[in-house]
Amino acid sequence: MFAKTIRKNHYGYLFITPYFIIFLLFGLYPILYSLYLSFTNWDGIGTPVLVGLGNYIAVVQDPLFYKTLLNTLFIWGVSVIPQLTVSLVLAFILNDKLLKGRDIFRAVYFFPNIVTAASLGLLVSLIFDWQSGGLNHFLVESGIVSQPINWKVNPWFMRLIVSAILFFQYFGYSMVIYLAGLQGIDPALHEAAQIDGATKKDIFFRIIVPMLRPIILFQMITSTIGGIQIFDQPFTLTNGTGDPDRAAMTSIMYLYNVAFQSTRYGYGAAIAFCLFIIIILLSVTSFVLTNRKTA
Amino acid sequence: MEAVKQASQEQVYAAAREGRRRLTAGKVLLYVILIAIAVVCIIPFYLMLIYSTHSNAEIASSFIFLPGSSLIANYVNMASKINIWRGFLNSFFIAGSSTVLTLYIGALTAYGFAKYRFRFRNQLFLFILGTMMVPGQLALIGLYRLFSTYGMLDSYSALILPAAASAFNVFFIKQFMDNSVPDEIIESSRVDGAGEFRTFNQIILPILAPAVSALGIFHFIGSWNNFLTPLVLFFSLNKYPLPVLVALVQGYYGMDYGLLYLGVAISILPIIIVFAIFSRQIIGSVAVGAVKG
Repeated sequence: MFAKTIRKNHYGYLFITPYFIIFLLFGLYPILYSLYLSFTNWDGIGTPVLVGLGNYIAVVQDPLFYKTLLNTLFIWGVSVIPQLTVSLVLAFILNDKLLKGRDIFRAVYFFPNIVTAASLGLLVSLIFDWQSGGLNHFLVESGIVSQPINWKVNPWFMRLIVSAILFFQYFGYSMVIYLAGLQGIDPALHEAAQIDGATKKDIFFRIIVPMLRPIILFQMITSTIGGIQIFDQPFTLTNGTGDPDRAAMTSIMYLYNVAFQSTRYGYGAAIAFCLFIIIILLSVTSFVLTNRKTA
Repeated sequence: MEAVKQASQEQVYAAAREGRRRLTAGKVLLYVILIAIAVVCIIPFYLMLIYSTHSNAEIASSFIFLPGSSLIANYVNMASKINIWRGFLNSFFIAGSSTVLTLYIGALTAYGFAKYRFRFRNQLFLFILGTMMVPGQLALIGLYRLFSTYGMLDSYSALILPAAASAFNVFFIKQFMDNSVPDEIIESSRVDGAGEFRTFNQIILPILAPAVSALGIFHFIGSWNNFLTPLVLFFSLNKYPLPVLVALVQGYYGMDYGLLYLGVAISILPIIIVFAIFSRQIIGSVAVGAVKG
């Protein structure tokens, strides 16, 4: 063969070199530098002062770290489980060739996913405003409530609203991924089941869900990684404060506050690495949980 | 027995045909639910557009669902306070150049992995895939220190360069190349005397166009929506990309509702337009990227 007579294989290195140069300079090196900074105190101006494990010990004892972590997990958990379920059902429905307007529904459901998350947070903040928000006006004028509700003073409500925004932004995305998975399932299976008298419900639980297990696992893991990194929506929703009582402050918002507002970069870096460890643990857990059901 | 089976099968087919034609109560309910979800998806953006055409007093006093007449007044008010078009241009420049650079480097890397056999090829490729699991925030503080040391804070390159090495792009383009670029094309180009890079630029890149353009739209939107990194690495009001600028305006003019709605609308509008034109490609590239063969 030609490929063997004309040896050009060392060119492969040339083609991949730019990627690795950029990755080493702007990916790996900053990560290692963050790791180094996590063992130091650095205020952003002077030279970093080594403090050993001091920052990590402080993170482990920091009540605010746990609070923001629990906020994040709550916000993520409340949004991701309904979101992955609803999107699976919708994908099943929209995979039906007889359904009219399939493409339009898919596009409309997917649309919120591409909208700027930061702007969406701000928009929801405006709509939920106590005095000027459209929602309160609507509720009062249609007689559902007698007084405008001050949504933004209730910590649980604020967490839920961030979950709702995430649900809103991601259900269409998950649906498209499930739909892609459904394309891979042989329609003959469907038809055979139908002829044997299976109902839609049987088909959904006995064929679709088991066949999509790898996709469900993929969704669990990617949404875990994404869920810990929630920042844009709660940041703009609460104008950067995470209030009331920091209920909507996520871990990354806390990291941002510590490092870039209070200029405690070393401590912020330690928080980042603690979060990374938590992400790995959660990903492994969702991997194990989703895989165990197969057995 | 055989006859019974036959009959029951025919019944099933008949029922299916029937169902196709007749609108049952269940079907109507299904469409009502699907349409209701679609309405919920659109309503916030509809309200955003409507509210951006009303004055502060109107917004504060009652529920509005019809357009008003204060769009120009809101715009004049906004233009006197923030330079939104500067933000628009910043976003456009950052997202555009970032997309071009990351796609070119992604294609180059994918080509190297797809078409050459070299030592540690598989290990290096797996390494790139593995980096997809690492959250970006891990590098953020180190990146800040790095850029502050080299005086690159508050510069466009601080956003454009780190995004250039995208593992997802490499993976996506390589997958496309494995399926649709036969080795014979490369060999015949070599026989005709083209150098390796010329082959890549003039033969391979045009073949990759469909995959790269779908990915490009997707990357452009992602870059446009990027929030945390510019928030951290930028300081000057005239360099902020649009979404960051609009979010910061909230702190300064929090009571200026007409202005805020209009700002949010302008920051989202380009995305709406891109989606209206390319929704099929965007949804397609998400689907292909997710199902990893």
